Amino acid sequence: MSPTPRAGARRAPTRVARLLRSRTTHGFLFTAPLLFLFAAFVIYPMAFGVWYALDADSYRALFADPTFRATLVNTLWYVGFAVNVKLVLALLLSGILDYPFRWIRILAALFLIPWAVPALPGVLSFRWMLNSQWGIFNHLLTKLGFASVPWLAQHDTALGAVMVFHIWKYLPFWTIIFLAGRRAIPNELYEATAIDGASPVQNFRYVTFPLLRNLYLICTLLSMVFTLGDFTVPWLMTGGAPGDSTHVLATLAYRYTFQMGRLEWGLATFAVALPVTLGFIGLLLRWVKI
Amino acid sequence: MSAPGRGKRRGLRLGLSILAIVILVWTFFPVYYMLLLSFTPTDDLFKPGFYVEHPTVRSYTYTMGQDNPFVRYFWRQIGNSLAVAVWAMVLVMAIAALGSFAMARLNFRFRRFVSGLTLFTYVIPSSFLSIPFFKMMADYDLIDTKLSLILAMVTFASPYALWVLSDYARSLPPEIEEAGAIDGAGTLATFIHLYLPLIRPPLIAIGTYAFLYAWNEYLYALLLLTGEPRVTLPVAMSNFLTTDNAPWNLLMAVSTVYAIPPVVLYYCFKRYLVSGLVSGAVSGT
Repeated sequence: MSPTPRAGARRAPTRVARLLRSRTTHGFLFTAPLLFLFAAFVIYPMAFGVWYALDADSYRALFADPTFRATLVNTLWYVGFAVNVKLVLALLLSGILDYPFRWIRILAALFLIPWAVPALPGVLSFRWMLNSQWGIFNHLLTKLGFASVPWLAQHDTALGAVMVFHIWKYLPFWTIIFLAGRRAIPNELYEATAIDGASPVQNFRYVTFPLLRNLYLICTLLSMVFTLGDFTVPWLMTGGAPGDSTHVLATLAYRYTFQMGRLEWGLATFAVALPVTLGFIGLLLRWVKI
Repeated sequence: MSAPGRGKRRGLRLGLSILAIVILVWTFFPVYYMLLLSFTPTDDLFKPGFYVEHPTVRSYTYTMGQDNPFVRYFWRQIGNSLAVAVWAMVLVMAIAALGSFAMARLNFRFRRFVSGLTLFTYVIPSSFLSIPFFKMMADYDLIDTKLSLILAMVTFASPYALWVLSDYARSLPPEIEEAGAIDGAGTLATFIHLYLPLIRPPLIAIGTYAFLYAWNEYLYALLLLTGEPRVTLPVAMSNFLTTDNAPWNLLMAVSTVYAIPPVVLYYCFKRYLVSGLVSGAVSGT
């Protein structure tokens, strides 16, 4: 290492040179692609959407539309009911998959398949099973002497199919999350309660659940936000049919924007859900750190 | 162990076995039904049953040979899906590797701002941004190009990738920077020669994640791609549904082919695909 070529750099660093070498500059440079993506494709579209959605007329039109009001109710069912049923089931199932038997481990691995299969093939399979003429469910019902049910051609069962599919597809993922949460609980706690002769129910009530509560709440929030914006499952399962009665927010916004050409209604549909979403995100930001 | 204890254990096993059977049927039946239909000849399609009487691979040979109007562009479309997924994978790997180095190893001033923005992007449902995104791409005349879909996929797959990578990078020893400083290496050299080789395992995993994210995407592909030879496979499949006489056995054969890469990759990288979220959520308590 000869000192000559470095002599220039050794001189008292100018302000610019110091700035170029600072951690802040490096941090910015390394996160620049990321910041560009977020600014261009998250912040800008968001601002654009909110700007358009400021028009009060759109909301008047929306709330005057019975389809929109029905959609709000459907979305509440989807997000409030289906998600919570799924998470309670996931919490219980994770307890079963936590038993230290070899075959349970194999079961846990096989159980992941709905999560690994993309949504589309799964929905298609459900749709054909529920087909009112040639589906396997109605085939069984008529064989057993019951009347066949037009599953996807009436509101209640069609929305039910969307919710059941949601549970089928996403239950494994959340079960695995809770399973990991359970495995993070120190075993000594259970050894201590075993000495006191605690029953499995007491174990769950006094050890497992208190320690999983935060994880459970975070998962509930995350899953609700994700499901609030779900388009793929309801769209492919019912497409809003019959008679636009089974829309959720995302599918209705698609219909307004791309089938009716009412861009401002589509944006307003999402804007209605935005305060709730931002509230959830605010809570998450306080609880989760990255 | 005492006799009543053993009886209790046997009861537990019996209960668990019954539950296991219920879980297996619930889990596998839709997948089994998809496979069943894909092997069903067209004549038997309207006779529902639990097994195929005359199994045939004709749906698969039609698909592979593009021998039906519905699968006319099968190879083009699978190629589109693959191209979008590979580009998303490469770009997400690069962007998240750079970002995670800054987030985990450089304690720079606006770190918290970047991490808040990242979490925001991860949580906000991508569909909420779909209409403005579509409008934007239409303004730039990028509709029906792979680039528009790739940009969307990279944007929405990056946050989780950054999260997982940063989490891993924070667990690395502080000697990396020290070794770099001793050798007189600048930040960039430290990143390339010391940091990158160390994060290779999670980098591969988040690459897989980005690949799968793009491969599975439906909404943005539906909005941004229109021409039949240019759409990705899931959009092509959902276009089947717009006609009344969709050949369901053919559709299920395409479904099966489409589902194979994700299933294989999910099982190989399962550990990485959930652990990031868990550690984030658990450490947040």
